Amino acid sequence: MSIPLAASAPVIDPSPASGVFNLLWVVIALPALGAALILLLGNRRTSGFAHLLGCATVLGSFVISLVLFVTLLGRDESDRQVGQVVYNWVDAGSFHAPFGLLYDQLSALFLLLITGVGSLIHIYSVGYMEHDARRARFFGYLNLFVAAMLTLVLGDNYLVLFLGWEGVGLASYLLIGFWQHKPSAAVAAKKAFVVNRVGDIGMALGTMLFFATFGTVSFAGISAAADRADDLTMTFLGLLLLLAACGKSAQVPLQSWLLDAMEGPTPVSALIHAATMVTAGVYLVVRSNFVFDHTELAQTAVVVVGAVTLLWGAIIGCAKDDIKKALAGSTMSQIGYMMLAAGLGPAGYAFAIFHLLTHGFFKANLFLGAGSVMHAMDDDVDMRHYGALSKAVPVTFLTFAIGYLAIIGIPPFAGFWSKDKIIEAAFGDNLVVGLATLVGAGITAFYMSRVMLMTYFGRKRWEEGVHPHESPKVMTIPLMVLAALSALGGLLIFGDWIVDWLAPVVGPEPELHLGVPTIVLTLVVLVVVLVGVAVAWLTVGRHEVPRTAPAKVSFATRAARADLYGDAFNEGVLMRPGDRFVEGLVVFDDRGVDAFVDGTASSFRGMSGTFRRLQTGYVRSYALSLLGGAVLVVLALLAVNIA
Amino acid sequence: MSSFPWLTVAILLPIVGAAVVALLPKREPGAALPKQVALGFSLVTFVVVAIVGLSFDVGGPRYQFTETHEWIRAFGAFYAVGVDGIGLVLLLLTAVLSPVVILASWHDGDGGRWSVNAFFAWMLALEGLAIGVFAALDVFLFYVLFEATLIPIYFLIGGFGGPRRSYAAVKFLLFSLLGGLLMLASVVGLYVQSAKTPSGPTYLLTELSKIDISTDVGRWLFLGFFIAFAIKAPMVPVHTWLPDAADEASPGTSVLLVSILDKIGTFGMIRFCLQLFPEASKWATPVVLVLAVISVLYGAIAAIGQKSIPRLIAYTSVSHFGFIVLGIFVLNSYGQAGSMLYMFNHGLSTAALFLVTGFLISRRGSRFIPDFGGVEKVAPVLAGIFLVAGLSSLSLPGLSPFISEFLVLLGTFTHNFWYALFAVLGIVLAALYILLMYQRTMTGPTRPEVAGVKDLGLREVSALAPLLVLIVLLGFYPKPLTSIINPAVADTLQQVGVQDPKPAVPASASGEENAQ
Amino acid sequence: MSGSPFLVLSAILFTIGCVGVLTRRNAIVVFMCVELMLNASNLALVTFARVNGNLDGQVAAFFVMVVAAAEVVVGLAIIMTIFRTRRSASVDDASLLKY
Repeated sequence: MSIPLAASAPVIDPSPASGVFNLLWVVIALPALGAALILLLGNRRTSGFAHLLGCATVLGSFVISLVLFVTLLGRDESDRQVGQVVYNWVDAGSFHAPFGLLYDQLSALFLLLITGVGSLIHIYSVGYMEHDARRARFFGYLNLFVAAMLTLVLGDNYLVLFLGWEGVGLASYLLIGFWQHKPSAAVAAKKAFVVNRVGDIGMALGTMLFFATFGTVSFAGISAAADRADDLTMTFLGLLLLLAACGKSAQVPLQSWLLDAMEGPTPVSALIHAATMVTAGVYLVVRSNFVFDHTELAQTAVVVVGAVTLLWGAIIGCAKDDIKKALAGSTMSQIGYMMLAAGLGPAGYAFAIFHLLTHGFFKANLFLGAGSVMHAMDDDVDMRHYGALSKAVPVTFLTFAIGYLAIIGIPPFAGFWSKDKIIEAAFGDNLVVGLATLVGAGITAFYMSRVMLMTYFGRKRWEEGVHPHESPKVMTIPLMVLAALSALGGLLIFGDWIVDWLAPVVGPEPELHLGVPTIVLTLVVLVVVLVGVAVAWLTVGRHEVPRTAPAKVSFATRAARADLYGDAFNEGVLMRPGDRFVEGLVVFDDRGVDAFVDGTASSFRGMSGTFRRLQTGYVRSYALSLLGGAVLVVLALLAVNIA
Repeated sequence: MSSFPWLTVAILLPIVGAAVVALLPKREPGAALPKQVALGFSLVTFVVVAIVGLSFDVGGPRYQFTETHEWIRAFGAFYAVGVDGIGLVLLLLTAVLSPVVILASWHDGDGGRWSVNAFFAWMLALEGLAIGVFAALDVFLFYVLFEATLIPIYFLIGGFGGPRRSYAAVKFLLFSLLGGLLMLASVVGLYVQSAKTPSGPTYLLTELSKIDISTDVGRWLFLGFFIAFAIKAPMVPVHTWLPDAADEASPGTSVLLVSILDKIGTFGMIRFCLQLFPEASKWATPVVLVLAVISVLYGAIAAIGQKSIPRLIAYTSVSHFGFIVLGIFVLNSYGQAGSMLYMFNHGLSTAALFLVTGFLISRRGSRFIPDFGGVEKVAPVLAGIFLVAGLSSLSLPGLSPFISEFLVLLGTFTHNFWYALFAVLGIVLAALYILLMYQRTMTGPTRPEVAGVKDLGLREVSALAPLLVLIVLLGFYPKPLTSIINPAVADTLQQVGVQDPKPAVPASASGEENAQ
Repeated sequence: MSGSPFLVLSAILFTIGCVGVLTRRNAIVVFMCVELMLNASNLALVTFARVNGNLDGQVAAFFVMVVAAAEVVVGLAIIMTIFRTRRSASVDDASLLKY
């Protein structure tokens, strides 16, 4: 790769929290408290107020985050990293990990995204889950999710990050399996957790390697010493962190849980895909820039994973008839973009985060919009049963359309700015990678247009008895806010604000070397996007959409419908042999190890059965054996004495 | 420190209680009096142990609350008790779990072979003996109590359990006696060694660790102790008694067996194997570590394939004990601190798991996973507690077992990367065995057979609540335990004569400062 | 003085007793043979006491006599009881105490 490695990544060196920054821990504590209250009191006792409490705690966190952010803005650039040690968490031998929080430019942005978008999703859920008997518990889980994600981005060392990391995993497990009376939901939840655990191997080993190498797990300590570590260690660290990121961010090869995760209620999908969970992997890579800046190999691996995933997700998105799964494919693809950007080093970190923010806006918008449509269509998710909904749900349609324009990257909507920057950086790095992002942009335009066309245009293909209606205000107002953000999110890049803002954390952006002026590339991207839209119009918009998916389709479509055989691979290569192995081991334990034990016991029993025959009951035979014994003793004595 | 014999009181109280409960007039099954008396005695014992714990001086001498009285002069055996951080943690565990188990087993003694009095009397006797084992500072005393604990547990398994309880009880007894026999040989060997010294024979731990044992002899003696403890722990391949015992015993008995008695094995490894035979311990390390890693993976994989819930939990414990042994024998401070924490945390989480599934099993009348399904719908509190207990068993961060498991793995990693690489697979397998069990029993459509399952009652919730509170509390604030464990770890490692590996690139001063 | 004639006699008596115990079935005879063996050993003990010039052997001989007397009391009582119940003094008939 041609990225010049930064001489050294910036060192994290927070100053102790003072003034308003002392409230940092409250940002986590509020939603955590909400979750604890609701879950401990139980569903029935809290059903009257849980939704209000849930929204209030997250909104409270949002307000504090906002205040903190404004205060941070007012500070001098060199003084924008704040650390707070809440208490000493783990002290064992020479291993110390405080429950420490780090508030810097990077976590500040994440805080706003998580609490801001999180609040909107909470408010939306008040309406969406209104008729669910377990709504209170749902809010408890949502609060837990937000609290865990906040812990993840605020931790000042890898162990606290790990705490949030797994907390997010737990919350997603609970929420994906929220309707656990459905076996498919329960299975999907378990799958998400287990696949994430595979990623956690990387996280756990990475944390250990950090400690073994640097004697500390804090970002500050590691970033200060990173220059002195040898490259091989850094490469291992980078690859381990990448494994972790793959699990949480649903990157190939650990992508398979994401589509199944659609079993959860739609606001959960929005939360997982926009504000929390899948962004964690990108955060991890960007946060660990002091590792990746020292290892080209790991960076290349990140780029490759990102590029593969962005195409993989996009292709899957093209073939799905389930609106949520189509969007899930798109999330995978967009996270792939971010990963790829993060793998480009300082040239891409800021854009990865930028895209992460704008994606947070428009993906939340799209998912909540999809939820609103499902709400209107009696929870039907099959787009083949939609059509002509633009009149029936006008607010949803308009907001969804803005999200659509944002994701495919039409100026001036948010996605245009962020995706364009990533494509530029990718071309600046490597032609193949650049082409991947370009093709990805085209496919994105295709499948998102397909979703638009199948859902809102064409002829009605509704199921009988379905009467679509617009959602209540409590659901549409969050949609409008998100639509506004999707439209205006691009403002963050003006004057290179976000790049300069993040530079103290991720290092300054190196100069971009493109063969052509950037405006040319931008135009090419736009053309590709328009081609994608046109193809969608030609294949989907012009024709009648059949109500059942056609069975006779090309191999490519079949592969995409089957998630490019990711599940089949897992099933054939891991699960089946795994099952077989487990069965084999159980049999071995039972018939091998335990049978040996039982066999020993029964052989003793058999021997005793034989030997007891010696007890004949005849006194004379006892006397004879007595004599024999005595003779033996005498002989032995003689032998010893003579020898 | 006061000279009041707190530890002797803590040992004798439950034993006296056992005698009182046994002598109470036999009533019809379901009589409340023996249970109440037993609960009372266990609570008072808890108070006594809590006093010991609270007045333990972290910066003070290693062994505190010591009492030494001559017992058998010819052997050099003493009645010597005292606690350091390791013993104290396990003492606390025993004292916490006993009342919980008694409260949770309120009706489990009713249908046994003997009267309900016997059930609770044996439980109390076991508590007293276990406290004695953890407090013993004399090898002979330890050995006698170690063997004595077999008696109550034998009667608990054989008298109050499933249809194959006799088989399970005898199997348990034979395994334990085999280990005990090997240990006896080593105990006698120790006598021979100490009798050679000018000061004459002694079994006092503090004296024994000073005497010079030749390399070969040390190794043989080490093996005798180690095999006994490995059977007790239990480690693969001498583990098969545990699944059978757990399958047949009542849930309360299983808790006492797995959470407390099995800890004697790992406790003994730290207390006796490492302290008396440091050279042999280092010599045996590679083999022990391989066995431990095998235990971790073997137990976890076997757990995934089990159909019976108690068997499954028993296999998870085999896996967890693998972790504990791993941490002990990597011989560094994080690993050992992790192991000691692990002993406590595993006690809590496994107890919660055994008890809550016990409630479930007694409601449904079957212990086989396929007989359940959709329980969450009818018994949400039970399902919730089951999930929390399960998550603690799979070491979710935020719950106490995470810290211990992480520290053990960290210790393993700094010792040797490859062991850690294999052991860390255990965390994925743990997620599988817990979540598969949860999925199959709790989720999905409610089966008609479980439709009538009632949710947990007040007694059951209040029995489990202390465990869950501790699991969460210690997950976020393990300091009360780590502060008493750390000095003990440092002492042990100093005795073994090893030091923590130094980091390759120590973080700069500012980083260190930040990390502190 | 040489003790060997006495020891030879003792050995002969002992052997006779021994063979008697092993070959005879009548309990009374077996019993007498046991007594014979005891007395043979007594003879040996006394002989050794004489040879060594101390009283140890004689003390031991007294012990044996006392034990033999006690044994006769118990043994004869047992034989009597068996004879009463089984109408036989053959040791082979009393073989119930077996596997």
